Amino acid sequence: MSIIISQLFNGLSLGSILLLIALGLAITFGLMNIINMAHGEFIMIGAYTTYVLQQAFIQYLPESIFGLYFILAIPLSFVIAAFIGFLMEKSIVRFLYERPLDSLLATWGVSLILQQVARSIFGAPNVAVVAPDWLSGALTIGSMTFPYKRLFIIALVGVSIFLLFLYLYKTPSGRRMKAVTLNRDMASCLGVSTRKVDSTAFALGSGFAGIAGCSLTLIGSIGPTLGTTYIVDAFMIVILGGVGKLKGTVLAALMLGILSTFVELSTSATIAKVIVFAFIIIFLQWKPTGLVNVRVRALD
Amino acid sequence: MLKKYSQGAYYGVFFLILLIAPLLLTDFRMGLLAKFLCFAIIAVGLSLIWGFTGILSLGHGVFFGLGAYCMAMYLKLEASPSGLPDFMEWNGITELPFIWTLFKNPFFAIAAAVLLPFCVAWIIGFFTFKNRIKGVFFSLISQAVVVVTVTLFIGSQHITGGTSGLTNFFTVFQVPLADPGTKQILYFITVALLAVIMGVSLLLTKSRFGRLLIAIRDGENRLRFLGYNPAIFKVFIYALSAAFAGIAGALFVLQVGIISPEMMGIIPSIEMVLWVAIGGRYSILGAAIGAILTNGAKSFLSETYPDFWTIFLGGLFLLVVLYLPNGLAGLVEQIKARFSSNKEKKEVKQREADSLVS
Repeated sequence: MSIIISQLFNGLSLGSILLLIALGLAITFGLMNIINMAHGEFIMIGAYTTYVLQQAFIQYLPESIFGLYFILAIPLSFVIAAFIGFLMEKSIVRFLYERPLDSLLATWGVSLILQQVARSIFGAPNVAVVAPDWLSGALTIGSMTFPYKRLFIIALVGVSIFLLFLYLYKTPSGRRMKAVTLNRDMASCLGVSTRKVDSTAFALGSGFAGIAGCSLTLIGSIGPTLGTTYIVDAFMIVILGGVGKLKGTVLAALMLGILSTFVELSTSATIAKVIVFAFIIIFLQWKPTGLVNVRVRALD
Repeated sequence: MLKKYSQGAYYGVFFLILLIAPLLLTDFRMGLLAKFLCFAIIAVGLSLIWGFTGILSLGHGVFFGLGAYCMAMYLKLEASPSGLPDFMEWNGITELPFIWTLFKNPFFAIAAAVLLPFCVAWIIGFFTFKNRIKGVFFSLISQAVVVVTVTLFIGSQHITGGTSGLTNFFTVFQVPLADPGTKQILYFITVALLAVIMGVSLLLTKSRFGRLLIAIRDGENRLRFLGYNPAIFKVFIYALSAAFAGIAGALFVLQVGIISPEMMGIIPSIEMVLWVAIGGRYSILGAAIGAILTNGAKSFLSETYPDFWTIFLGGLFLLVVLYLPNGLAGLVEQIKARFSSNKEKKEVKQREADSLVS
């Protein structure tokens, strides 16, 4: 019993990080039909922002407030990743609307450039971020231990998603975004500035990836290719979840996270990857459009 | 009429250059060119599925790798006097696994290098295209195939040699591989196979089947309404291009002498797409030339400025997608159109109008 609960917990923690990454992808793909291969690099940007902030705290500020850096790092990595995403949308992505295959290749080019830039600035080897003291240790219930770090990540993701849904359902700007996702032409006829919505959405998605990067620093060391590790899984979640509804993405992320930790427990990490992939393919035989899909009459 | 001959002339010049190249190049450069020709074979296959059928595969590294591993297993067995490859001895394996015993026969190995990628691609294609999973969804799934295969190859170290892959080959058919004569023969075999594959692809695209492929690219649903089943054609052409990649892999191993999981990973797979994009995805010759030129530039740049190459590669992706969607072949067409007479211009316009209607 305790093994099952702790595995569920691990799966939840993996799934929640994947969810944070996949949400940005799902938003940009559902809204603009853009596949952003450079999304992984926004994770890296968020992670390195945390690293730089930590270095700054160590160098310039008294040791007593070092623990606070992580609280500051979360919004900062969101803002920086969102800003770079905004620049990328304005300079490159907006020329690629409705050309998903081309957008895939062009953003892959951006991802290569960003990786190399990170390698030139921070060096190729991984760097480690020291977690603040108040996150070390674990909560012990009976024979099960729940590390505070992972609990914190789950809580962080929970809050982020709550805020995102609040934004999408309760604010005028978020409602415009939903309107454009559902019917771009109609929304633009009714006076919604689709250009503005697009760039906001892209920046938002990049910012979420930044937060994901920030929380990944708690789990392990970070390097220029940090994003590549997660990006393929995140795309699988978007496919599994279906396009156009974020509910599907949330379900798919938790499902994949829990599934892969459970399979990994009973086999090896290598075999687990194969089994999870086979599961996705079999699932798509049953529901080719993903878990949750928007019913439309159009054929394509 | 004139167009027919001019296309033949392009191909003639291309192969003439390839045939006289060994006379002009040093052994080292010729080895590089032979390697690039293997890549050109992959590019031709990719142009068939991407340019003509509209399927963007980000997973052709897998098929290249499968072909290469099949060939490498035979070469490894021939290079191991004890009958057991060295890495297996290090892993404490005393008996040759069953899969490996099959590869003692060179003809089986060569056949497997072609048929295994074909069958794997057929299975993947069948389960995706049948359900009308297409466009970017297929591309992303093909990328996941790469991740799965690479982890599998790295994970099963006792069979595949793990991250270091298979290397240290000495002979093929008891002929030493390092011999300049062998290298030359291999070079001409590669040129010949490239010619055959380009010929087959050209015939396919000019035939009724080729028209169906283009119809799938431009309006899959319309084709379905006309009573065709596009899935069958897509599965076949995808498997065929995988077989081409397998052939390229086998030739690659013979000439380069190493294959490792890293060479079939995500980045090499997507680089293959870049070759085709640069050369021109709608042109078979363009794709082949794109592969040769891009790799030429890569080996030149990465020798002198290794850091700069990645940024350059990324920049190329952006440049080609944003400004040169039809690649170099498209650029040539544009330049030709500028200098052509008015009458031909009218013909071009007519053709454009046709494609708008269809």
